[in-house]
Amino acid sequence: MDQHFARTDMLPPMPPPVTERGAIKWGRENLFSTPLNIALTVLGVGIIWWVITASLPWWLNSVWTASSLGECRDIVAASAGEGATGACWAMIRQWWGAFIFGFYPPTEWWRPILAFGLLFAALSPVLFSGQTRNLTLILGVVLVFLVGTLWLAEAPALAFALSVALVVGLLALAQVRPGLTLWFTVAYPALCFWLLWGGSVWGPLVAMAGFAILYGVFRFGSPFIGLAPAAGAGVVAAVLWWLYLDVPVVNSLQSMLPFSLRSINSDQFGGFLLAIVIGVTGISFSLPIGILLALGRQSDMLIVKSLSVGFIEFIRGVPLITLLFTASLLLQYFLPPGTNFDIILRVIILVTFFAAAYLAEVIRGGLAALPRGQYEAADALGLDYWRAQRLIILPQALKISIPSIVSTFIGLFKDTTLVAFVGLMDPLKGVTQIVRADINWKGIYWEPYIFVGAIFFVICFGMSRYSMYLEKKLKTDHR
Amino acid sequence: MAEASKMQISDEIAIQITGMNKWYGQFHVLRDINMTVQRGERIVICGPSGSGKSTLIRCINRLEEHQQGHIIVDGTELTNDLKNIDKVRSEVGMVFQHFNLFPHLTILENLTLAPIWVRKVPKREAEETAMYFLEKVKIPEQAHKYPGQLSGGQQQRVAIARSLCMRPRIMLFDEPTSALDPEMIKEVLDTMIQLAEEGMTMICVTHEMGFAQAVANRVIFMDQGQIVEQNEPKEFFSNPKSDRTKLFLSQILGH
Repeated sequence: MDQHFARTDMLPPMPPPVTERGAIKWGRENLFSTPLNIALTVLGVGIIWWVITASLPWWLNSVWTASSLGECRDIVAASAGEGATGACWAMIRQWWGAFIFGFYPPTEWWRPILAFGLLFAALSPVLFSGQTRNLTLILGVVLVFLVGTLWLAEAPALAFALSVALVVGLLALAQVRPGLTLWFTVAYPALCFWLLWGGSVWGPLVAMAGFAILYGVFRFGSPFIGLAPAAGAGVVAAVLWWLYLDVPVVNSLQSMLPFSLRSINSDQFGGFLLAIVIGVTGISFSLPIGILLALGRQSDMLIVKSLSVGFIEFIRGVPLITLLFTASLLLQYFLPPGTNFDIILRVIILVTFFAAAYLAEVIRGGLAALPRGQYEAADALGLDYWRAQRLIILPQALKISIPSIVSTFIGLFKDTTLVAFVGLMDPLKGVTQIVRADINWKGIYWEPYIFVGAIFFVICFGMSRYSMYLEKKLKTDHR
Repeated sequence: MAEASKMQISDEIAIQITGMNKWYGQFHVLRDINMTVQRGERIVICGPSGSGKSTLIRCINRLEEHQQGHIIVDGTELTNDLKNIDKVRSEVGMVFQHFNLFPHLTILENLTLAPIWVRKVPKREAEETAMYFLEKVKIPEQAHKYPGQLSGGQQQRVAIARSLCMRPRIMLFDEPTSALDPEMIKEVLDTMIQLAEEGMTMICVTHEMGFAQAVANRVIFMDQGQIVEQNEPKEFFSNPKSDRTKLFLSQILGH
């Protein structure tokens, strides 16, 4: 046999056989590979079919315009025949204001809207640090959102002009010096508090000045008396400021420059306004507290360590509802008589502590996952404890813990619905109860819960996607 | 070469350890250590594993605490005083067996971090210094990569450059080549030899006996937490005095 061979024409590429590609291959491998799998596939398809046939008419027969549940049912019966089911979204059309704002007076709705828009302007320098493109994108969306919604909410012309000018200014700043937009983030808490609760503009400003005093004493004291004593002196100075000087300073400034918004009481807050206020404040304060607790738990100093462990174990060992009852009932007994300590503030503090205890353990896991060599290398280079933590240890430990940190945040946000138990009007139970007590909508059951659930889902899903983006962006070790 | 570098050794004392003892709980790891290192000396410490050699050099920059005796580095005694510890640490560079680069920072950031935050050097100047030392260890083109993208030998050279950026007066090497593939050992040793030729005071814990013969002006052999023998490399290898040293040398040079 002749063993010599030379190819004269090259073979063209051919597609794989039909049974080995695309949907057929996938189906053969995943759905029909064994008799058991075939049976399970048939069963699964049956269940999906049953769910769809049972619920689809309900979605398709949705009614969007009606003034009561009875009218809804009449419309469904008229269009789809007697006995047909149909969703009645007309209820949402009538009550959406309560779901979003609670009993916040409609003439002032522009204030939470503005605070919500500016929240993203304040978050973006933190979430997308140094990335001018993302920063510009978010600020642009905020601008469009605010122009649209403020106009719809009939905001006063001055407020409208000022807020548009603010966002445009931030946009311009983001182009030139994106780092400086962080200062807006620093100022945001005071601004947000003033917008939401109203009253004199000087209240939150003077309260914030306490933090500035803390920092100033720490900054200028530390070269002379050392870091820890300076920090202690700063805290003492700030507390003294809040206790004794805050009120007189606010009053005198207010009499000189009266500049205030109509004040809104905490019991008028409700719906997603309340959930987001508690959630966002809780999230932003629980992270730094959680970090400090995690470091405290690892500390060599006995007192610091046992205080941290005690705090974490106590808070984690108690149901959140217990803490909320503590906030609403017990705290009042411990405080000096006459102090009016806002209920939302009390709830925020305890929700923050609750999340911080969980975060501390999550972050401790991240710290434990770091090899000892990282600590040793930082020590050997002469970095002191706080610098080593800030520059070397925490960036890596937090990165490892991102998935669990975000889980804790999502849990915290969903737990804000538990404030219903202390009489606050959360969107899930509080508002829904009011809607269902309305004579026109008595008996409505699925629609409000689906509506609230969908909004919760959108927000939590957004957080989860952001955490995935962050993990990808920070992935530097195995490239 | 050995003759030329011998001349750089000065009478000035860089490190003095007297009567030093260390325990881990009940376990006596370092027993009555006495040693003096002059400026410009290059010392190789060898010995079987568990003999306390790594612990000894980790005491010199206080990564480990000693319980008895005195360690004086560059005229500063190591005590519980944090200021003294920070001062010594910023004068003494250390290279680890597992490199311990910071994986979340680029090579350049790894090199500039300590100069910027500890020495308060302006960023531009720190980057220039960093590039100078990266060129010296022959990997300037990797400056903007992350440690995970480099080979072991490159990472160890970056680690050496990172220490050098702090302009240390003393360098400690803790088994710098033990975690490397054979062909990468040479590039790291070359860097260390170059450093030795420039007159850096060096203490190396290593099993590279070739390096010891070429560069060291003194070899210290440790066993069971004690200094068993120290001598010039030529004498040490050709004419070891103690039986323990003879056994050790026959085991590591025997094949």
